[in-house]
Amino acid sequence: MLELNAATVAFSTTGGPIVRAVDGVTLTVPAGQFVVVIGTNGSGKSTLLGSIAGTVRLDSGSIHLADHDITRWREDQRARLIGRVFQDPRAGTAASLTVLENIAVAACRGRRAGLSWATSRSLRAAAAERLGSIVPGLETRLDQPIGSLSGGQRQIVTLVMATWHKPDLLLLDEHTAALDPAAADRVVQATARLVREHHLTALMVTHSLAQAATLGDRLLLIHRGRIVLDAHGAAKRRLSADDLAYRFDRLRSADQLDESAARALTVLYV
Amino acid sequence: MITLLSTWTFGVALGFVALGVFVSYKLFSFPDITTDGSFTLGAVVATVLLVSGVDPALATLAGMAAGATAGACTGMLHAILGIEPLLSGILMMTALASVNLVVLGRSNVPLSGVTTLLDKAEVVLLPLATLLGFTDAAAEEAARLGFMLLAASVAVLLLYLFFRTRLGTAMRAGGDTPTMARALGRNTGGLTVAGLAIANSLTALSGAVVAQYQGFADVQMGVGMVVWGMASVFLGAALVGQVRLGGALLATLAGSVTFRLLVAAALRAGLDPDWLKFTTALVVLTALVAPRMLVRKQQASAAR
Repeated sequence: MLELNAATVAFSTTGGPIVRAVDGVTLTVPAGQFVVVIGTNGSGKSTLLGSIAGTVRLDSGSIHLADHDITRWREDQRARLIGRVFQDPRAGTAASLTVLENIAVAACRGRRAGLSWATSRSLRAAAAERLGSIVPGLETRLDQPIGSLSGGQRQIVTLVMATWHKPDLLLLDEHTAALDPAAADRVVQATARLVREHHLTALMVTHSLAQAATLGDRLLLIHRGRIVLDAHGAAKRRLSADDLAYRFDRLRSADQLDESAARALTVLYV
Repeated sequence: MITLLSTWTFGVALGFVALGVFVSYKLFSFPDITTDGSFTLGAVVATVLLVSGVDPALATLAGMAAGATAGACTGMLHAILGIEPLLSGILMMTALASVNLVVLGRSNVPLSGVTTLLDKAEVVLLPLATLLGFTDAAAEEAARLGFMLLAASVAVLLLYLFFRTRLGTAMRAGGDTPTMARALGRNTGGLTVAGLAIANSLTALSGAVVAQYQGFADVQMGVGMVVWGMASVFLGAALVGQVRLGGALLATLAGSVTFRLLVAAALRAGLDPDWLKFTTALVVLTALVAPRMLVRKQQASAAR
């Protein structure tokens, strides 16, 4: 279970006001729930994910995951509990290592590395089975540098790596945004399958309203660092991509109203 | 004959620097200027201990340990204090210049009348060299080369085996893509510190054996070593092309020997030794720029 309690991340812009990228977010994600997170550009959805992953420090509030208070844990310490897939396929895999060596590093997630051999026959067999069951043919490429795989294939390997040992939380940060539509589709299907098969607790940020409408058990819409829509169950199922697009437009036009109001004020006071 | 053999011996001895630079620069993308200082550090620590009667093997190991410490310090400047790689190395190199001078006591100390590691190895390997048909001074030089090749092979083998362990693979992953390594629970700062310690222990080992081979330690002997190491790494890669880890390590060693041979040939052909470092820098510059130029040319022809 993931619990955020009044989580706040503030950035001070030079000479400008303090911007709260994450503004007192309180959120409970029960184990096994698949949460989809959407939001306009600069809404703070990526910062929210980063604060859970440990790349961004909270200014106040707390984060609990699987009965641990991880608020002050470093990024690499949180990796004991969290599996992650990045937007950029290059960020989640080491290009100069072979596919199997990448998986070997993932097989050590949350464990001491030590001086035993990284790759073994049993690891090879397990890797072939898991990769082959998702993308037939991928199991024959275990000894090739992972840099020689396509972006979509690399994301699928990264998914397998992130879930090699069942994580208490899987974080997906727009992990299909850098892919062409066909590859994105395959990665989405692999994601849905892995989440379902392993009963994973997952938080997926996406820019695709179609994905947001069809995937997951729960939908969060973030705006200006706050959760402005939280739909689960039947309410989530009723939401279509068009509904979401309509809400997005409303949020954007509200933003523009605010901006012109602010500008009007500046004119008055200068 | 002897000149050729000694060129080889020197090339292999400097091959340890190349292996060190391979670890820091190729695996960690860390242009580590500490190399210039830690080469000298290895030499001066080993020399001072040898002169005061310490066993040659122990003195050499102490030199390595000193180099590892220097490398770890550079790593910590970067990983803990957040100083950028180049500046971390420059600071450490500058600090080491004083350390080296203080350890050695003066700018140059000869090893005359002291039994070195190479002297010991020579005694053991001389029968083998004679067996291979070498005579007199050539046999002695061949024995020294044999020892150097043996030591370098052991170093390559150990590095190869280490970088295939879980820890070694995690280090390579951390050097290649830090975001990935952190997301999989590895402390990339710690890995960098360990990687630079390994790299600089190899460089210091080179300094220690070079001092024992040439018979003196000099506080200036490390100048330009990092560029020498890079030249060897690039040359090795050019010799063999795209290869795996083991091949790349061997190629690096081969690169060092090849480069030493090329330098010897250039000197014999009349290159003024004063221009040696300039030429080395030029070789590295070419190796850095040429691939980019080739890519641009390919892109240009592809666009047409």
